Amino acid sequence: MAEFRMPSLGADMEEGILVEWKVKTGDHVKRGDIIAEVETQKGIIEIEVFEDGVVEQILVQPGEKVPVGTALAIIRAEGEEERPETAEAKKTTPSTEEKKAAPEKPKPQPAIKREKRIRISPLARRFAAELAIDLSKVDGTGPDGAINRADVERAAAQAKKPEKHVPEQPPEKKERAAGFHEGIRKAIAAAMARSNREIPHYYLETRIDMSRALKGLEAENRKRSVKERILPAVLLIKAVALALGDVPALNGYWIDGVHRPQEAIHIGFAISLRQGGLVTPAIHHADLKSLDELMEALRDLIIRTRAGRLRSSEMTDSTITITNLGDIGVETVYGVIYPPQVALTGFGRITEQPWVENGMIGIRPVLTATLAGDHRATDGHTGARFLDAINKHLQDWEKL
Amino acid sequence: MNMESTKKGERTDIERGHAFHLLYEMLRIRRFEERCAELYSASKIRGFMHLYVGEEAVAVGVIDALKPEDSVVATYREHGHALIRGIPAGAIMAEMFGKVEGCSRGRGGSMHLFDDKTHFYGGNAIVGGGLPVAVGMALASKMKKEKGVTCCFFGEGAVAEGEFHESMNLAALWKLPVIFVCENNLYAMGTALTLSESVTDISKKAESYNIISDPVDGMDVLAVEKAAQKALTAVRAGNGPYFLECRTYRFRAHSMFDPELYRKKTEVEEWKKHGPIVRFTRYLKENDLLNDKDLDDIEQKIASEIEEAVAFADAGRPEPVEDLTRFVYSEGGKS
Amino acid sequence: MNTQDREITYREAVREAIREAMQKDERVFLMGEDVGRYGGCFAVSKDMLDEFGQERIRDTPLSESAFVGAGIGAALGGMLPVVEIMTVNFSLLALDQIVNNAAKYLHMSGGLFNVPVVIRMATGGGKQLAAQHSHSLEGWYAHIPGIKVLTPATIEDARGMLWTALMDPDPVLIFENNTLYNMKGHLPANPVPVDIDHAIVRRPGTDITVITYGVGLFKALDAAEKLSEDDIETEVIDLRTLRPLDDETFLASVAKTHRVLIVDEGWRSGGISAEISARIMERSFYDLDAPTERLCGVEVPMPYAGHLEQAALPQTEDIISIVKRMVKSNG
Repeated sequence: MAEFRMPSLGADMEEGILVEWKVKTGDHVKRGDIIAEVETQKGIIEIEVFEDGVVEQILVQPGEKVPVGTALAIIRAEGEEERPETAEAKKTTPSTEEKKAAPEKPKPQPAIKREKRIRISPLARRFAAELAIDLSKVDGTGPDGAINRADVERAAAQAKKPEKHVPEQPPEKKERAAGFHEGIRKAIAAAMARSNREIPHYYLETRIDMSRALKGLEAENRKRSVKERILPAVLLIKAVALALGDVPALNGYWIDGVHRPQEAIHIGFAISLRQGGLVTPAIHHADLKSLDELMEALRDLIIRTRAGRLRSSEMTDSTITITNLGDIGVETVYGVIYPPQVALTGFGRITEQPWVENGMIGIRPVLTATLAGDHRATDGHTGARFLDAINKHLQDWEKL
Repeated sequence: MNMESTKKGERTDIERGHAFHLLYEMLRIRRFEERCAELYSASKIRGFMHLYVGEEAVAVGVIDALKPEDSVVATYREHGHALIRGIPAGAIMAEMFGKVEGCSRGRGGSMHLFDDKTHFYGGNAIVGGGLPVAVGMALASKMKKEKGVTCCFFGEGAVAEGEFHESMNLAALWKLPVIFVCENNLYAMGTALTLSESVTDISKKAESYNIISDPVDGMDVLAVEKAAQKALTAVRAGNGPYFLECRTYRFRAHSMFDPELYRKKTEVEEWKKHGPIVRFTRYLKENDLLNDKDLDDIEQKIASEIEEAVAFADAGRPEPVEDLTRFVYSEGGKS
Repeated sequence: MNTQDREITYREAVREAIREAMQKDERVFLMGEDVGRYGGCFAVSKDMLDEFGQERIRDTPLSESAFVGAGIGAALGGMLPVVEIMTVNFSLLALDQIVNNAAKYLHMSGGLFNVPVVIRMATGGGKQLAAQHSHSLEGWYAHIPGIKVLTPATIEDARGMLWTALMDPDPVLIFENNTLYNMKGHLPANPVPVDIDHAIVRRPGTDITVITYGVGLFKALDAAEKLSEDDIETEVIDLRTLRPLDDETFLASVAKTHRVLIVDEGWRSGGISAEISARIMERSFYDLDAPTERLCGVEVPMPYAGHLEQAALPQTEDIISIVKRMVKSNG
């Protein structure tokens, strides 16, 4: 017993109208005989039967529209017993037939209200979240008043100001200050955690005799007014910048598994914030600047950092970081690299130490310089050349 | 040769075994296609599907004359060609079922059957699109001084395409080893030849490109085979391309979803009387080369091959969806 | 064969690349309109007929569909054809073969038949050739999976990409900008095949990224030079390959500069710039400090008049002014 069904003649055929039966109950049919005509959206198509047998029962009458797969007739194989129950067979329609629900009346749509939306760059939004800045209180300076990263950074720096006047602040604002503090902390936490997680650090350290450099600097400073004097830190920045020119591999980034040394030397100088945390703004093109220009740049940077007026490029451009903890009395710094940079140089306090030279012991001002290097990008050998280069430039301080 | 004109007992030059073989191959296509229609109606096969019923003599006559080193480029109505060329029925059926065991891993379907072992370069579903490729394959074999000939099938609808004329010219100009087989079934989908061509004698078009061109009765498998052998001999001798216009007829609709509004039923019935299988069967019987028992044996053998193919396709695996983007570019390796 | 650094033209670089490939591998042959006796429409294949003979330097009739299809067929048959279509404009006559066959055979055959054909064509406007001869449709071809789309801009890439393309198992389209053929440039000694999988930073910068390809590269580099005088450091990325796109290189740059301008001579709507912009939006949204911008060909069929044509194409000055505007907002 087989069912003769409404055939599927194309993926886009969903149903058909039975137009005409070419056979009646009891007729003998052979595979390939045309036994019905069906109307489709393309026209009337003759339908063949794929069984040999006798038409046992007609299930669908001409004029009826049924879905593809619906049994149209029952074909009994030759010799097969007639089964009375099939006479009761009901039309089987495939379960795929869709229920026709009454079309829903479209609800009246309220006219779209255009809310005033602050324009914020995606990067600024991300920074604001990290620094816990309330964007509704930030003034945008971008096109059409859009808030960009620099605006957020400015706001973040200003947000600390109220802290100075703690007693006068309403509690709500105090929280904001605390929020800012937390934001900086969070940003540092994220960067440092990532560094520790991803960067295989190696550490090198060397002691540097600073007597020649300091003597020379002292003589130079004597000629200058107090305002124009150069700090020893400036010598260190310049020496690092020049050493990077000698060993360029340490100046740059590790991004997406690729070491990308940078041509421009932008030195990030760690400046701690009074309320805790630190930022490392960049001194651009440090290798090309004179000591005076570097001193000026450093002074300007410190003032602006503490006033919260850093430029966005200064916040992200550093190609290496210097951490100088000498003024707090630390002797040796083991730094954590600021990703995606590949190196960090640390300087401790310059202390008087016994120093042997040419078989003679003397007391010299000595500086411990360290290097934290990203072992994915460079090896200890490169790092060693770099520290050596710093030493050479400091000995040759006149050329700085 | 014209079977209708041969009287009983006149023809004895055909060897019985070979005659059986030709009939067997035509019936294989016929039964396979009928089964495809059934499976399509039951939604087992989807997409566009075009059946070769009525035109069997062309594929059988031509492909039987090819050698293993030759290549075949066919159209979207190519189940029969694939089958005769030697792609297993199971692999073809599995392809149409969209299974990974299909000859194109279920990526091609009915219109894109491919096989490297038999040098079967597919069903091409853009009318005329296979011709330039066939010309290029012939160019490669000429430049590499290889023996293989490229055999390119297409319908008469392709003759209206620019690619047909460009390809004829290039193949003739460069004297390439390619045999063009035009399966002229008189209708490009639903448009009759007389409604689409100012010159309906297709072999003339090829001749105008200086290609030797033979019109053949495409309903006569022996005539097709003989013409193909003659053509292939000429091509293999390095005389450049050859053109066969096989005049044939499609008994079924263009594709499954086609009410055939464009032709009369009487016309179809008339052609069916001269169908390649009825004619050849009658001829063999009249010459005492075939009896009913033989026919039954053939039918049974074919039926079991097809049932096995369907079972094979049914048991096939769908390719994991994670592999969706494979075969866009080659994996590893170099050509 | 050339052990010294040299200054050569882009045209010579392409010619050397084809000659070298033909010397190295006898499966390689050149086929196209007027490649033989005429010497190539852009004189790329000048004198090659004498060197290699007419079997391997094949003049074809004006039958783009047939000879591109024949290139596909020859590739299927084991050859390594270099098909030259005179210009991208004529490639439209071969679109069926490129899109329906070259790009699809491997997939339709379930991985059985790859098509190692290389199809070269000149592209671009800028020479007052008017509407039908000035298309930049490489971005359009980049829409199609199954083919690779290369746009060599430099002498080195023009010299080195062909062999890599020929060694690629799949169809590769090479678009040579017609205004570059006369460009002279430096070619290092012993040129080697070049990578076709990666974009490249042609000039590092910190303030903005300009993504471009082909002739746009030189306009972008000029602009970057001038912008630098105003302390704007532009990073210039040469895409080199439009399909598959090397997202990682330009996304890394976006993460650094936070601003992007895409420069492309193709029409703006639905162009390659739109695609790049979308990818940046999808993957680097939170790195952006300004909306991504596009500088594309003006949406008009190319006019003949020189001043109108120049106005329709992206120019160095346009790049400079857009970059300045985009960077200015950086407080």
